[in-house]
Amino acid sequence: MTAVAEPSLPPATARQWRRSEEARGLALISPTFLYALALLFLPVLIVFLYSFWTQDYLTIDRTFTLENYRQALGEPIYQDLLARSLYISLTVSVITVVLSYPIAWFISFHGGLNKNFWLFVITIPCWTSYLLRVMSWKVILGYQGVMNTGLMKLGIIEQPLTSLLYNANAVIITLVHSWAAFAILPIFISLEKIDRSLIEAAADLGDGPIRRFFRIVLPLSMPGVISAFLIVMIPTVGDYVTPQLVGGKEGVMIASAIQANFGKAANWPLGAALSVTTMVIVTLLAGAIVLGLRLVVRGIR
Amino acid sequence: MSGRLRLLPVFVAAYLLFLYAPILLIPIFSFNNAASTTFPLAGFTWKWYVTLAGNTVMLDAARNSLIVGVSVSILATLFGICAARAITRYDFRGKRLTSGLIMAPLFLPEIIVAISLLMIVLAMGAELSLLTVILGQTVFCIPYSMAVLVSGFEGFDRSLEEASQDLGETAFGTFRRVTLPVVAPAILSSLLVAFTISLDEFILAFFLTGTQQTLPVYIWGQLRFAAKLPSVLALGSLMLLASVFLLTLAEIFRRRAESRKILQEVPHG
Repeated sequence: MTAVAEPSLPPATARQWRRSEEARGLALISPTFLYALALLFLPVLIVFLYSFWTQDYLTIDRTFTLENYRQALGEPIYQDLLARSLYISLTVSVITVVLSYPIAWFISFHGGLNKNFWLFVITIPCWTSYLLRVMSWKVILGYQGVMNTGLMKLGIIEQPLTSLLYNANAVIITLVHSWAAFAILPIFISLEKIDRSLIEAAADLGDGPIRRFFRIVLPLSMPGVISAFLIVMIPTVGDYVTPQLVGGKEGVMIASAIQANFGKAANWPLGAALSVTTMVIVTLLAGAIVLGLRLVVRGIR
Repeated sequence: MSGRLRLLPVFVAAYLLFLYAPILLIPIFSFNNAASTTFPLAGFTWKWYVTLAGNTVMLDAARNSLIVGVSVSILATLFGICAARAITRYDFRGKRLTSGLIMAPLFLPEIIVAISLLMIVLAMGAELSLLTVILGQTVFCIPYSMAVLVSGFEGFDRSLEEASQDLGETAFGTFRRVTLPVVAPAILSSLLVAFTISLDEFILAFFLTGTQQTLPVYIWGQLRFAAKLPSVLALGSLMLLASVFLLTLAEIFRRRAESRKILQEVPHG
């Protein structure tokens, strides 16, 4: 970008600039940057524009309107879907982070020489096909599934439970399973950065393990906790596969409505407005949570 | 303290069970001699795998996945090399902004990336095809490739390159003869990671493909039919095997990249 503005400089300076660190760095990163600009930034910008237009069958009316946002925020069906999506993704993030912290702790403090091996073992399941993992939860939680037949064999239940599959809880369990390792990595990295002598110093000065954890380890690993939270929360809000496969009617999320508006319903502007609304709300929520977590840590200290 | 130490391994074991059990069910039931997925198992069979071999639609999808995967891994790695090299080698204004945009797919709901790409393709009047899937998945894979490559390029001793240039080697020659041998494992690792992600990626492929489908899109179509489940499980098992194999290779290369950096640092003490 800066390169375009250069010719205005005196020739000698321009030549010097072109040989500088900055020019080389920019030149080298520009192919990737331009690719992301064309296939990420531009498309998202177009979604943003469309959200202020209207569609009549196949023709797009480009006069500015907030009608799509009125529908996205005002219609009860979209309100419900948005609220449920946020509830599910928040619950999933909290559970995932809480479950992942001890694992990251274990690898960082007790992993010894095999830390890399442990990380590999933990992350492998998350790299396998997402679709297949969701499918296997359907096999587990189904009416004739592993869980029901297993519980009946053990004599715990007599009739298969219908409450396992096709609801918000099934979506939550499946998503927690899908995103587990993504939360472990950032927490692990921030735990690794903690200077161990700080913990020893606290121990020498008489702090017990619980005080040491809350006053040293937790505050210092907060950046990792925050990024783990965001890495899980932001993508899960817009998840499409899991609600479609295991969510049933009670577990539908906003992505299904977005998809419907780009498919059968063919109302691109409304689909665009729903996408923008989702992104804005999740960004605001993420900001609020980051702020909240930081305040909590300050309070503990 | 000792109490927690005993509790922690139990928790880790339970967690690993939670992570692995659902995935292991797929291969287990793929050898089950029954169309239903319930315990106890009904005996061992290869028949679901045998039906796959004669399934031309599936084989087409597999070929498409291969084309897409190879193209995406090469493209994402090339773009990743440029960006990772720029970030680790040079200081420049706008570094945070440019790398922020490149890494953005990690922090966006995937469906939004998919529909925005779909809109731009349709708005330009282009046809949906494997090409659009390749272009879309590349954007999505670049952050992962870049993460692998940045860690491979970091700590690379610049004085080696400077020495090579002082001795009259061109910039390209220096890259090929000095830089490349050191960073080659990281590049291989990036290729494998991007290929694996592409092979398993569903949302972008689902939205951006035309009539030709990739394996995950094919599986999605089959999931509606309960009777097709066992052969989908057989296919899934093969895909799991491929993913685990490729990731293990990627991990081996990544470690080699790290040990090369260490070896390189030794003479400088």
